[in-house]
Amino acid sequence: MTGQKGWTRQWRDPEPKSHYDVVIIGGGLHGLATAYYLAKNHGIRNIAVLEKGWIGGGNAGRNTTIVRSNYAQPGNREFYEDSLKLWENLSHDLNYNVMFSQRSHITLLHNPGAVDAVSRNYNVMRRTGNSDAEIWGLDQLKAAVPHLNYGPNARFPIMGAAVHKRAGTARHDAVVWGYARGADQMGVDIIQNCEVTGISREGSKVTAIETSRGKITAGKVGLAVAGSTSRLWTMAGLGCLPIESHKLQAFVSEPLKPLLDQVVVFGMGGAHFYISQSDKGGMVFGGDLDWYKSYAQKGNLPIVQDVAEAAMSVLPCLGRVRLLRHWSGVVDMSMDGTHFISKTPVDNLYLNAGWNYGGFKATPASGTYFADLIANDRPHRVIANHDLKRFERGLQIDERGAGPDPKLHG
Amino acid sequence: MIRIPCPFCGTRDHSEFSYGGDGSIQYPALDAPVQDWHDAVFQRENICGVQTETWQHVNGCRMWLLVDRDTMTHEIHDVRPAHPGMAKVLGVTS
Repeated sequence: MTGQKGWTRQWRDPEPKSHYDVVIIGGGLHGLATAYYLAKNHGIRNIAVLEKGWIGGGNAGRNTTIVRSNYAQPGNREFYEDSLKLWENLSHDLNYNVMFSQRSHITLLHNPGAVDAVSRNYNVMRRTGNSDAEIWGLDQLKAAVPHLNYGPNARFPIMGAAVHKRAGTARHDAVVWGYARGADQMGVDIIQNCEVTGISREGSKVTAIETSRGKITAGKVGLAVAGSTSRLWTMAGLGCLPIESHKLQAFVSEPLKPLLDQVVVFGMGGAHFYISQSDKGGMVFGGDLDWYKSYAQKGNLPIVQDVAEAAMSVLPCLGRVRLLRHWSGVVDMSMDGTHFISKTPVDNLYLNAGWNYGGFKATPASGTYFADLIANDRPHRVIANHDLKRFERGLQIDERGAGPDPKLHG
Repeated sequence: MIRIPCPFCGTRDHSEFSYGGDGSIQYPALDAPVQDWHDAVFQRENICGVQTETWQHVNGCRMWLLVDRDTMTHEIHDVRPAHPGMAKVLGVTS
């Protein structure tokens, strides 16, 4: 035993070189994962990840760490199931404990319409190769999660639940650190405090990235900057995107003794609420967007009230629990609620964006397929419809059926 | 809380209002090329800074408003009725 002495850096802090084969802009989960898989799966080692602040300080550190693959739309099904399978082996792959805990994702159902709708989706999952989809009645639910509000006076009495057992949570910081260390060990330069201030183009090629730490030339450039995608897009001299930036808040309570063994989701009428308990004991939960477009990483109070009301209607036992922190992240809300891993009008520029509420769980697959796109300059079959041109083809991968209004794809 | 000066009701909390969306969108003619409709429906400038957007004073006068708001600071720069004709009929000037 070393008495916790002699700990060393897990990744280097290099000065930026003047040229890289691939530059990834954005040192969040998707950027780091992309660099890791570019090095691991495609043998590209001369890579930089540029991060304006510190790695994992954006949405990687601002989410509610939920991982699931209960999607029904073609394209999403395969993608998120691949992602879940990668999560299941991620700690081994990275040799870093990401504390992935497959504790079940339980969607509460409050009326016959909701039961029918979710039964349809979960049947689609079962018929298309994802057998991890169950509908529970009230008895089974009460046995598994005894302390929900089952009372006759509940505002929305619970009828049952849709259950996805391989879903769960992971330790978000550990995922960042694991990918960073893994990428660094294969030679990737992770460059923090390096803000991109300009993207120079010559015709249909990016020639250089201007940064706060000097000019860097690159063979290929990948954007993975959810929340700020449109700002980088503008820097590259490109026009509009099917994305709006909105802010999403999340909350953590003071630590409690073990209370909730699953991820529980409540959605009824205008309310939306999801909660799990971290390994430290804090109740981690969130709700809807703030509803208006925003680039500010600060939340507003009406949503705090909405989320607290939803918490009380589902888990009244939380009534006297004190809030420890709450925060907000800026997310790319896309026009159909589905992401983009896409080539762009610029030959050597690639886009990873539009993750809506769901970027955390997508991390391993996002990194895998974005790396594959950058290395091979063609989309993998799984992401064939995750391009920017799908709307021109008349295709929307709209899981909720909410239509082309970004704020509705929660 | 954002405070929005409604030209019909006075300054109110934004929780009385419902956010519509990008107010700068001009929908093309019905027989315009598909690409024009694609761009109007799906493509957004997504401005970081002052943008024009629509809000409805849903828990007040129920009027639709055009609001110039900074998407980084949330500061409101201008509010006007989305339908000037309506304002005129009601004798409201902004």
